Amino acid sequence: MSSDVATATRTPTSSRTARPSPHGRRQARAGWVFTAPALLLVLLFVGLPVVMAVWVSVSGWRGRGSPFASGVPFVGLDNYRTLLAGGGLPTQDLGTALRNNFWYVVLVVPLQTVVALLLAVAVNRRTLRGRGFFRTAFYFPSVTSSVAIVVVFLFLFSASGAVNQVIGVLGIDGPNWFADPRGVLHVLLGALGVGESPGALADHGFIGISWWEWLAGPSVAMSALILLAVFTTSGTFMLLFLAGLQNISAEVEEAALVDGASSFQRLRHVTVPMLRPVLFTVLTLGLVGTWQVFDQIYAGTQGGPAKTTITPAYLSYTTSFVDQRWGQGAAIAFILFAIIVVLTLVQRAVLRGDRT
Amino acid sequence: MVLNPSPGRRRTRAAVLAAATTLGLLLAGCGGSGFDDTGGAASSGADSGPKELQVLIGSSGQAETTAVTQAAQAWGTSSGTKVTVTAASDLDQQLSQGFASSQPPDVFYVGSDVVASYAANGSLAAYGADLPDTDDFYPNLRSAFTVDGTFYCAPKDFSTLALIVDEQAWAAAGLTDADVPTTWDQLASVAGRLTTGGRTGLVTSSEYQRLGAFMAEAGGSLVTDGKATADSAQNVEALRYVKGLLSAGSMRFAADVGAGDGTEALGTGKAAMTIEGNWAVGGIASSYPDLRYRVLELPAGPAGKGTLSFTNCWGIAADSGDQDQAKALVASLTSTDQQLAFTQAFGVMPSVASAADGFRRQFPDQAAFLAGADYAKTVPNQAGVSDVVKDLNAQLEGLAAGDPAEILGRTQTNLEAALKG
Repeated sequence: MSSDVATATRTPTSSRTARPSPHGRRQARAGWVFTAPALLLVLLFVGLPVVMAVWVSVSGWRGRGSPFASGVPFVGLDNYRTLLAGGGLPTQDLGTALRNNFWYVVLVVPLQTVVALLLAVAVNRRTLRGRGFFRTAFYFPSVTSSVAIVVVFLFLFSASGAVNQVIGVLGIDGPNWFADPRGVLHVLLGALGVGESPGALADHGFIGISWWEWLAGPSVAMSALILLAVFTTSGTFMLLFLAGLQNISAEVEEAALVDGASSFQRLRHVTVPMLRPVLFTVLTLGLVGTWQVFDQIYAGTQGGPAKTTITPAYLSYTTSFVDQRWGQGAAIAFILFAIIVVLTLVQRAVLRGDRT
Repeated sequence: MVLNPSPGRRRTRAAVLAAATTLGLLLAGCGGSGFDDTGGAASSGADSGPKELQVLIGSSGQAETTAVTQAAQAWGTSSGTKVTVTAASDLDQQLSQGFASSQPPDVFYVGSDVVASYAANGSLAAYGADLPDTDDFYPNLRSAFTVDGTFYCAPKDFSTLALIVDEQAWAAAGLTDADVPTTWDQLASVAGRLTTGGRTGLVTSSEYQRLGAFMAEAGGSLVTDGKATADSAQNVEALRYVKGLLSAGSMRFAADVGAGDGTEALGTGKAAMTIEGNWAVGGIASSYPDLRYRVLELPAGPAGKGTLSFTNCWGIAADSGDQDQAKALVASLTSTDQQLAFTQAFGVMPSVASAADGFRRQFPDQAAFLAGADYAKTVPNQAGVSDVVKDLNAQLEGLAAGDPAEILGRTQTNLEAALKG
């Protein structure tokens, strides 16, 4: 987190051109000595497992004994090929998982960012009474165990749960949330009269599932999980935005007021641009976190209904631990890693291009 | 890290080199000796010193944990072996960790759906043939743990599916003993008569592990003699029948009535009948003690009676330090008397035919479950099939609006690929 902030607000180092002094060299050595224990721990518990996982993803290890034992074969990119181009069940599952997670990210990241920003602006106002109370209240879901929240949501969104009773008062017959595999976009398209897939979309596809299935949108069950994610993470990001807002001096705000800017104009043209570094952090953290969603699936839906809530992280777990296909499981993890890195780079380029 | 970037590239490079060397050494440590040798060391230690067995079970609850612990420790005392029984919180994961570290528990539960993948990676000891009385186990349970012709492990116990009926709803609909359904047509008409306002005639989960019973009654199965037969005419007929019940409104899936499973639907009065296994008896006793119900055999389909059976076995690790002791423990745990004791404690059916009479005497109400043992089919156990079944289950959730032939066609494609690989 801190390194993202550092990148965004990078200041040029002045010492780059200067000759190193003996004093500086000693300091550097001391620095390495002091960081050595932490570095060693990172290497042992992060670096080493990553290297091991890389090997597992290109090996035929079946889960018995060490993956580095002499009998474990090297299979090259076979695991990746089976997953991405095999066309069988592994490919379909990966495609479905990526589809599910894609819609999850597309909806959660903007929603939680906007909600967090609005909450932060609201609780930052000096005129608001009981600010401390609201700040705590909005932050509360973030410090609660996400598994506990999942369990509460399972009850809230059950067929005869609180949510359906509330919307029942409005005369709407609520869906059976966590058992409803229909894609939200498909439902909308169906309402517009496009119930069946146009031939071209059904016949062609990407990673094992047809374009029509990609267009399904999040299932009703996934939508409930999306609401859950927005509910739990907005508080955390509100805190980041709040820290950013408190760095904006009151004069800037007053100057805009004097210029006759409306409150929306002040938000759009003063506050948001000044929050850009924080925005970058929030978007990056949001993007990385949402692509790795696992606990809500594991504790809540176990991938159902009709596989519409399996995600790559969950698929990687079940492929390895349940089906004993460790190579494929590790390969899924690296495919996910590649997606996250690429998307973060793209997002960084976009935000930077915006600035100039 | 960004203390001072100036003191020269050389030091950085040295640091990277050192880090790489450390990493290499660590890797070598893991591969060369670490995990491999500990297994060997453990086994040689067990031969000479006091004997010790670790047992890992996926328990259904406290009753099962207590019963197994007591039985194992009683055997341990008489044979001079220290036995530790642990109830796993996530059996698959804990077993995987054990196998990967070459220090797995000696004896553990193995489901018939994972036996092939554990057998394929060599984790399981194939001790089935060494047991004192293998012929006493029901043949379909033996076949559930036979992979490529080798009988791997002793079936622990089993459950079958039966029709569980709410007596009150039954009487309220004016039905008598003469109306007990024995054919599909009768089931359809009874389910129709039992369907009233808030109550559906027949409610069950949408998974293959329930609907597969209809396939068995129609004479179909997913795998026949090692070949994929998911899209057979019999299976299509079975799903068409289920779809017919669904569209008539006399049958609904548990999730669609807001219940977790058939037992819950029955207990909460959302269903008059359900298709569940022996575990439902314990579930009803603990959650819905006031429910009056009876257990009936599933009605016969076009090909006669059919049901599905589910079973676990006592797996013994190939890396276990003392397989002879482990085998002796399993032989004791699967003996006729011991199985009847387990039946009493946590309501499963003994896996040996010699205990059948005892079971019928103990639980005359549950005779229908045991009757299924004669004609039950097991869920195919080939590696990769459990994934195909998961995919089939995902499709079956949409059976009411779906096309049975299309669903089974996709399953056939997946199954062919799985059986080939």
